[in-house]
Amino acid sequence: MENVTMEEQLVYDRPESMASVQTHYCPGCTHGVAHRLVAEVIDEMGIKDNMIGVASVGCSVFAYNYFDFDFVQAPHGRAPAMATGVKRVLPHRFVMTYQGDGDLASIGMGEIVAAAARGENITVIFLNNANYGMTGGQMAPTTLPGQKTSSSPGGRDVEVAGFPIRTAEMLATLDGAGYVVRRSLHDPKNIRMAKKSIRLAFETQKHGLGFSLVELLSTCPTNWGLTPVQALKWVEDAMIPYYPIGDYKVNPALKELKI
Amino acid sequence: MAKELMKGNVAIAEAAVRAGLNAYFGYPITPQTELLEYLSSRMPELGRTFLQAESELGAINMVYGAACTGARVMSSSSSPGVSLMMEGVSYIAGTELPVVLVDVMRGGPGLGNIAPAQADYNQIVHGGGHGDYHPIVLAPANIQEAIDLTYGAFDLAEKYRSIVVILADGSLGQLMEPAELPEMKPAIMRTPDWATYGSEGRERRFLTSIDLDPSQQEKTNFRLEHRWQEIKANEVQYKEYYLDDAEYAVVGFGTSGRIALSAVRAARAKGIKIGLFRPVSLAPYPEKELYELSKQLKGLLVVEMNAGQMLEDVLNITRSQIPVEFYGRMGGILPMPEEIEAEIDRMVNDPTETDGHPRDRWLARFGKMN
Amino acid sequence: MQKEIIIAGFGGQGVLFAGQLLTYAAMDQGLQVTWIPSYGPEMRGGTANCTVVISDDEIGSPMVSRPSAVIAMNLPSLDKYEDKVKDGGVLVVNQSMVDREVRRSDIKVTMVPANTIAEELGDKRMTNMVLLGALLANLDILPVEAVEKALKEHLPEKHHKLLTLNKEAMQRGGSYVAAAISV
Repeated sequence: MENVTMEEQLVYDRPESMASVQTHYCPGCTHGVAHRLVAEVIDEMGIKDNMIGVASVGCSVFAYNYFDFDFVQAPHGRAPAMATGVKRVLPHRFVMTYQGDGDLASIGMGEIVAAAARGENITVIFLNNANYGMTGGQMAPTTLPGQKTSSSPGGRDVEVAGFPIRTAEMLATLDGAGYVVRRSLHDPKNIRMAKKSIRLAFETQKHGLGFSLVELLSTCPTNWGLTPVQALKWVEDAMIPYYPIGDYKVNPALKELKI
Repeated sequence: MAKELMKGNVAIAEAAVRAGLNAYFGYPITPQTELLEYLSSRMPELGRTFLQAESELGAINMVYGAACTGARVMSSSSSPGVSLMMEGVSYIAGTELPVVLVDVMRGGPGLGNIAPAQADYNQIVHGGGHGDYHPIVLAPANIQEAIDLTYGAFDLAEKYRSIVVILADGSLGQLMEPAELPEMKPAIMRTPDWATYGSEGRERRFLTSIDLDPSQQEKTNFRLEHRWQEIKANEVQYKEYYLDDAEYAVVGFGTSGRIALSAVRAARAKGIKIGLFRPVSLAPYPEKELYELSKQLKGLLVVEMNAGQMLEDVLNITRSQIPVEFYGRMGGILPMPEEIEAEIDRMVNDPTETDGHPRDRWLARFGKMN
Repeated sequence: MQKEIIIAGFGGQGVLFAGQLLTYAAMDQGLQVTWIPSYGPEMRGGTANCTVVISDDEIGSPMVSRPSAVIAMNLPSLDKYEDKVKDGGVLVVNQSMVDREVRRSDIKVTMVPANTIAEELGDKRMTNMVLLGALLANLDILPVEAVEKALKEHLPEKHHKLLTLNKEAMQRGGSYVAAAISV
């Protein structure tokens, strides 16, 4: 046998914008993927020292422990208002909120609509996993018709609980929105698309083009009662038909950008 | 500097501007709207931030965010709007941020009306938001005091990483009085060692009010309580009128305090040895001073534009050692000097039974109004 | 020394401005002064009033139940405030808007046809100034010159062409001096 010296080559490492700590997320949860994509984009853009993140209430309440840049923690649903306060006094910093669907689309609907309508120059990373994860899987505004949760044990009855909200489509109708898209985290191709969109969302902010939001369809295997693999499949089979992946608002100036 | 004639709402706004207010977030509500309207042109004119929020909830959370960066920041509202802000107030207290909030009180509960009242005393002085926290609460009774207290409120907030509330009422908001404005400071953006403004050249920071470890949370609670002890020792403010030889006294804050001054003068003119004790800082309350004063008194009358909210504090402080009476008007009605004078006369010349609670006696005398 | 003045009338009669002018004049004289409007539903109901307290000491209540003087610019204001004027106080009535006599005899009463005078001067907006002139002639609180000076200094520049007319209106009103109190 020939003797070869193997030189170790690092091909995959923690992005600088992620802190070197273990997260509290459940196995198979896509929060970790979303965190990593955001951190990679921030590294690539070299804006880590200019970032202020706004954590919300829900599973991502401790996001400030996982990202390695300045962070503040908002009351439930109020992250867009808090981000507005930060951005208005520090207009040259990058400001991001990281919110789940209960936080953003239920208790915080007023704040997110107002921020988008104002064209608030912030970036919102919006994780939609069709339930309230942190409190144990209750029905969320995004829970699908018929979907069983701990507070809709017979399945969401739209006659009683109404219909799910398609957040990206709704916010895209507002003139203040510069970039509003929906992506999914259920397979590598979609993850790559999601990362590109997160980059574009931050570019929107960098170029002062208004409010940007990336809705990310995510898994919650623990509360859904599925294995991680089954959960990914459920996103594809059940969620995407109701929440189509798409570009709902893209400021034309973004198309000119060379990234 | 020459005196200017200013309306309370505008005077408070301009005093905040001169104190180096960097950003203002608010929502229209009578009777404080002129404050917001004034700042909507004044702040941009100086290149500073003004934003009309979508609600009081939005406004207080914008204030929360901006305060995290080290900016001098303020909001203002009136009673129902302040109720809505209570969530943010608790979070700001829990995150230990310096914030100034102006409450121009109106009649309540509920929508109530837009006339002056002082029924937010409990909500502001004794909390309102959840958890153990203590805002510093300052109650001006005239325009000069409103200016001076607002101007100093930011330093106070920053010194103790605390919320400072300027507790005024609708009549002070509308009142015009000559007053002197302080020197103009540029917009202030501080970089204290806790602020989050981007981590260039330093370790990154975060600001939060959550701590899932009860023993750690309790440490935070103790820190806040110890800081409050320090504030109590250093920041008490009050005004005394005709108290040197007084045998009786009226206690009132803000507008009801200044109205009582007229009644006290009228009673003095009749030979009654009475004075006025007007707490300016409602939190910390001038407890020691009022207690010491009570030792020389034969009786004390508390006057408020509510059903006796501060009264409870006065009763605690005077420890049932002297008779205490209460007179209040509610629903947006100001007590007139003659009404207070009549209560003074009754307390001095006709001290009937003093059993039970002063509020019960007051209700027995006036409760049949309608 | 403390004097309290209530000026009351319909919205649009210049009630609040007349009070502010008095306030400015007192301030410029180095006196303590407060001005407070009635506000709320009343403001929209058509009647307006403001209370001015002038003193050489710290002012207590900016609101009073028994003022030293009242300017009643219309009948509802006369009805509301006639009984409230302090004994020996001053009541200035806009005779043009009132169809009855004043009942009280323990106060100094001046009836001034202020609308007619203002019209004679060629500007109906001068009604409030005519009545203010009458007040100053009957209440020992401020010299008319102090108010004239305040007018010049605090009236917006664009209205300065009206200064002479304002002065004239106050002088005309000032000729209405009340008879001595007949007890």
